[in-house]
Formats: sequence, structure tokens, C-alpha cells
Amino acid sequence: MGRLLLISRLALRDLRHRPVEAVLVVLAITAATATLALGLVLRGVAAGPSYEQTRAATAGPDAVATNVPAAGLGGVLDQARKAGAVAVGGPYPVAGVVMRANGYTAGVTAEGRDPGLGAVDRPLVTSGTWVRPGGVVVERSFAVALGLRVGEQVTLDGHSYRVTGTAVTAASPPYPETGFMATPAGVGDSPGLVWLTRADTISLATPARPLTYTVDVRTPDPAALAGPAGFNGPWTSWQAISAQDAKEISNEQLVLDVGGWLLGLLAIASVGVLVGGRLAEQTRRVGLLKAAGAAPGLVAATLLAEYLALALCAAVIGLAVGRLTAPMLTSFSFFAGLSAKPAQPPLTAQTVGVVAGVAVAVAVVSTLVPALRAARTPTVRALADAARQPKRHALATRLSARLPVPLLLGLRLAARRPRRSLLNAATVAITVTTVVTVLIYHAAKGQPPPGMTVVAGAPPANPMSQVMTVLTVVLVVLAAVNAIFTAWATVLDGRYPAALARALGTTPRQLTAGLSASQLLPALPGGIIGVPAGIGLYAAVSNGGGLTLPPVAWLVAVVLAVLLAVALLTAIPARIGAGHPVVGVLQSEAA
Amino acid sequence: MTLLSARGLRKTYGRGDALVRAVDDVSLDVEAGETVAIMGPSGCGKSTLLHLLGGLDRPDAGTVVLAGQHVDQLGERGLARMRRDSVGFVFQAFHLMDELTAVENVELPALLAGRPPRTARKHALELLARTGLADRAKFLPSALSGGQRQRVAVARALANDPVIVLADEPTGNLDSAATLEMLRLFEDLHQAGQTLVIVTHDSRIAATADRLISMRDGAFIDETRLTGGTTGGLARLAGLDD
Repeated sequence: MGRLLLISRLALRDLRHRPVEAVLVVLAITAATATLALGLVLRGVAAGPSYEQTRAATAGPDAVATNVPAAGLGGVLDQARKAGAVAVGGPYPVAGVVMRANGYTAGVTAEGRDPGLGAVDRPLVTSGTWVRPGGVVVERSFAVALGLRVGEQVTLDGHSYRVTGTAVTAASPPYPETGFMATPAGVGDSPGLVWLTRADTISLATPARPLTYTVDVRTPDPAALAGPAGFNGPWTSWQAISAQDAKEISNEQLVLDVGGWLLGLLAIASVGVLVGGRLAEQTRRVGLLKAAGAAPGLVAATLLAEYLALALCAAVIGLAVGRLTAPMLTSFSFFAGLSAKPAQPPLTAQTVGVVAGVAVAVAVVSTLVPALRAARTPTVRALADAARQPKRHALATRLSARLPVPLLLGLRLAARRPRRSLLNAATVAITVTTVVTVLIYHAAKGQPPPGMTVVAGAPPANPMSQVMTVLTVVLVVLAAVNAIFTAWATVLDGRYPAALARALGTTPRQLTAGLSASQLLPALPGGIIGVPAGIGLYAAVSNGGGLTLPPVAWLVAVVLAVLLAVALLTAIPARIGAGHPVVGVLQSEAA
Repeated sequence: MTLLSARGLRKTYGRGDALVRAVDDVSLDVEAGETVAIMGPSGCGKSTLLHLLGGLDRPDAGTVVLAGQHVDQLGERGLARMRRDSVGFVFQAFHLMDELTAVENVELPALLAGRPPRTARKHALELLARTGLADRAKFLPSALSGGQRQRVAVARALANDPVIVLADEPTGNLDSAATLEMLRLFEDLHQAGQTLVIVTHDSRIAATADRLISMRDGAFIDETRLTGGTTGGLARLAGLDD
């Protein structure tokens, strides 16, 4: 008990004695654990909502005939009867109109419905109420894309309507995949879907744009509809709609999955930098405690207690941040058009265990390794931090002799700690890979297939792009945090060579540039590798789809922009490092 | 000709009761080619004085003029250039880069001064030969003895042909044999006309100088002009020769 008390008191006193360092350690481990938690949570979204859930919740049809002209309606109904339809919904009148809302102009198919819902295709109202005269119900994923809420005003071909509700249906894929079904002419390839009363829909028809009709049917053997099964022409089977939904969902989940892996890799890089930095500091501290008479076991236990407390703190914060950030990546996706609530990312016991385990591992490696190392090292050598000698890299030394002073210093500083430089390069490579992948995606999306038309001023019709954008922002922010930590670790570790270089006549500006160069030099190959890696990643996950590369100038600009960001992010730590008092550092090293 | 001139130098640390006058109203002139030893007990301020003279630290008051240049008026960049071009430092703890070989350590100041790599390497090898370490050029510091490391440090201090070499306890970490080697090296430098200021608490080293200044509590308390430093046989005088 007395020993435990002593360990607790020593750990607590050290934390109180150096609060800034404690906060920095918590921040650094939090960055890693939050990243890891986010990655794991996103990977857990794989079991999100499905078409089947929506179909069950809305009495979804087995087949839907859309864009049927009045003259063809008899034939379609006859076709349904011959196929043995057990229930029919409709025919519902449909008007192809232009909707203006929230500054957007969008083509929509306006479907006329009765106030009471029939036996087939009963759209599930997710907010507000079902159709009533002068009111419009908007398909939920379309409403999300437009930013529409119940009570707001919209116009349909110039006529004003009030949004009375939002709803989901299984009779059509959610926006923007609505164009998968046959739609009236003039509404573009990704029209939104809205419901009005029959009377309001009929009033929107014009001689130039006559009404068409939608018919929903139930069949005795829905599974048989996977093949032609008697339906053709304007009919779309539930299997086809389901497959289209599944394709879009799997695309989004693939993005989340890949993003999760990339975030996980960044987390590993963070942990690597963090542990490396802590190892250097702790060896010396262990030496100090040993010199004061503490036995190696007590020293190890004290350090471990201190770091475990900080790491567990960071794990809790990291899990909370990851959990709170994850919905940003899923809430405005295609999932909104399905009956289940937007995918609520699960925080499983496994995720909690892995994140807490990583935090504890960071604490253990950061303390036990230097403690054990110092226990085996004579106290005087531990005090001199002799256990962590810089690496000699003859080629880098030879090459650097031919370079200007900042690059000479930068290359030699980078070569002293090759593992840190490698982690730095990996961080930049992951960032560039992500940005290049997004660029390729946008380059491909920026060229619609032949025959496609887009209504001018249409709302964002690309939930996957939104997911990618948020993922990219998260990745870039974390990479930036990593860059700052790496630069700071280099500055701390390079205090002695930097002070010596200044004593030998290096100017502060040369040294600042040299410290920045020590971060930029590994970042350069990382950035260059990121370009083919991004192309390769896109090719790997696009399931053999066409690869449309963005202009080379864009790719070069990405690498240059990332390098510029690294330079800017490392400038402040580098400037602080160049300003360390020369005499103080040299004397402390000599002590 | 006066090469280095310091007037009324002051440097304090701390405040109030904790105020320490590390250097307190010190004035000093060093002639070109002269060897000056500054001697005193640990903590008397001699290392601080050396740092002020060499532009590694700034005085709170007073002036330092080195080769006609007002050191105390220089900005950080100017101080760096002065240290690079005009001053060579030798430290008690050697301060060699562990990951660089002897010759790479010696050529470093020349490379930092922008000299071509070949010229820097050639000059570094010459300096190592001059300090008796031609056969140790490619050794890492960890493979050298203390005396050899300090000779590498001296060679490095000479890399940019400085007008003055400032040595801070150059034999503080050396055994008697290595101290003797350093004595001989400083004698060689002195005879070659190199101006030297050596801070030491070792009377044997001090005895080799032209002039010995005693320091206590941040101030000069005594100054003695010696002859041994210029007449040869210094090691015998210091009692170190075989």
C-alpha cells in the first residue's frame, strides 16, 4: 500500500510539475486515438440501412411501371393482370416539372397521390405529414440535397407550394439515382421525386408536357421477377431497384472503408512519432530518478502510472471525438433516402478495446522501454541519453556536403532519425494519395456519359463526393497535426546539433530553413509516391471502371500544395528551435 | 596590434536575492598572436566571459571589439557570420557530432561557410594531419580517445582560419597524457601566430600562456605576464614532460 501511495504521489507531482507537457502528451495521444476510433467506427458502418428494410417498411411494390403515357396505360394494366398481379397501386398521374427551392433549380417528377395510402407503395413519412392540397411531400434524400425542411416554400413550374413533409419509398432509388427509372422528358437525368395531391399534379400538366402514369404491382412470386418474368417495357422490378441501391450503398461504404484504413494508417504514423519522441525524453528522466536513488522497478512503475493515466484520458477523449465526428460522414449520404435513420455509426466493445489498447500500448512502450533500457544502462550514460544515439548515414552526409547550408542541415537532421523521416514521408504519402483519389473521382464525374443531361442549377447530386470531401478534410487535418508533432519532435531532438551549428556560424535563418528542410525532404518522396498510390487506389476500388486522370498540372499542384503546407506548418516549430539559446543547450548537453 | 578588446563587460543571471553577477565589469585587451589564459575556480564566470567574447552570448553592458568589429552591436546574423569567419571555439565537452567522422566534423564549419566540398575536405585533412590525426580521419568520435577527440575539436576550430581561437577548459575532460598532447598542440598554434584565449582552472595549462589572468566572482583579480608561453619547453615548465 505504501509503495502504491509513493508511486501515485510521484506520478501526480510530476504531472503537476509539468502540466504543459502533460497536456501535450494527452493531445498527441488523443489525435492518434481519435483517428483510430473514427477509422474503426466508419468501418463498422458496413451494416447500414438496406433496400429490404425500406421495402418492408413501405409495402414496396414488386414491379413499377413509370413514364407510361395515357395511351399506353391500358396495355400496362393488361400486362400486369396477365402476369398475375395480386395488388395494384395507381395508376398515379405524374407531371415532369421544374422545382425552385433554396436557390436551386431542379427537374422533378411530381406524383399525384390520394390522402389515404393504398396497399402497394405506402411512402413512409419521416417528418411532417402526407400530401394535402397546396402541399408537397419531398423524397427525403432529395430534401437533404436541397436543404429543405417542412414548412418551407417551393415553386413547381412557377406555382407556389408548401413543404408538408418528407418521406422515403421503395418504388424508386433515392436521389440522385432516381434517373435509373424511366422519367418524363425535360427533367434531366437525376430528377427529384415529390408527391402532391392528384388534383395538384393534374393542374401542372400542359399540352407540351402531358401527364404520364406510374403503376405499382404486387405479384404472387416476387422472387421470380429477377428475370424477365412477363414484365418488360416501362417496368422495373424490385430486384433492379434493390441492386441499384446496393450499388450506391456499397460505393459509399467502400469510400468509408478505404477512408477508415487511411485514417488508421495515419494514426499508426502518429503513434510512431509520439513513441519515438517520448523514448528520447524518458531515458534521460529515468537516469535522473535513478541518480536520486530510485530503484529501476520503482522508476518504471512511476512512469507507467503517470502515462497510463494520461493515455486513458486521451483514449476516452479520442473515442468521444471519433464517435461525434463519424456521423458527419454518413448523415447526408444516400442513406437518407432509405427507411432506417441515417446510419448511426456503432461504437462497439471491440472499437473501445482497440482504442484503449493502443493508448495503453503507447503508454507502456513510452515508459517501459526507456525504463528497462535505462535499468540496464549505467546511470551516468542514461543521464547523457546515450541509449539513443543518432544514426550515421554516410551517403546523406556525402551528398549534403554539396548542398546549400539549409539543405545540408536539413538532410543531415532527417538522416539522424530515419524512422521518423519515414513516418513523415508516410503521412504525406497518405495525404496526397487521398487528395489524388478524390481528384480522379471528380475528374471522372466531371465528364457525364454521352447522352446525359444535367439541369442547370441542380442541387448537389453526389453524396459520395460529400463523404469523400469530409473524409479528406479529416485526413488533411490529422496529417497537419502529425506534421506539427513531427516537426516539434525533430526540433526537440535536434536542439544539440542545431545549437552546435549556430556556434559554428550558422545564422538563425539558415537554421530555421534547415529544420523546415528536414521535414520537407522526406515529405517530397512521400508526396511523389502519393500520386501513383492515389491512382492505384482509385483503380483498385473502382471495380475496373474507367480511369479518367485529372490534368498533370493538377497532380503537380497537389504535391506542391502539400509541400507548401508542410513548410508552413513546420515553420513555427522550426523558428522556435532556431531560437534556443546556444550556450544553454551546449552546457546542458555537456552536463 | 590589439585584436580583441573588451570594456566594462557585465552579465548577470536571476533577480533580487538570486542575482548572480557572472561577469562584473571586466575589461580585456588581447594582442594578435598572443596566448591569454584565464584562470579561476569553477563558477567564477570565466566560461561566460569566453561566450561573451566569442559572440555566443550577449553582455548586459559593455563593449567587445574583435578585429575592428563591434561584436555587441551585431544582430544575430552578424554574430553568426562573425563566429563562422573570425572565431574558433574549443569546448571542454568536445561537442563533436557523434554521427560524423573526424574529417566530416572538421570540414563542417567550412561547409557551413559555403566553401566548396573538395576545398573543405582538403583543408580538413590538412588540419587533421597538423593535429596528428591523419590516420584517424575516417573514425567516428566514439572510436577516438578523449585526447584525440579534443584534437579533432581543435582542428574544427581552425577550419575557417579564424583570427582567434577561444578554448573553454580544453583539457577539463582529459587525462595527463592527453593534456600533454593538447599543450603541444596549443604551443604549435601559438608559434604559428594563432591568437588564443584559453579558459582553464588547470595551472599547468595556464603556465603555457603569455599572460595569465586570474578571475573570481565575475571579476579579474590579478594579471601576470609569463615568459614560458613564448620561449618553448612549455611542457617541462608545466611539469608534464617525460
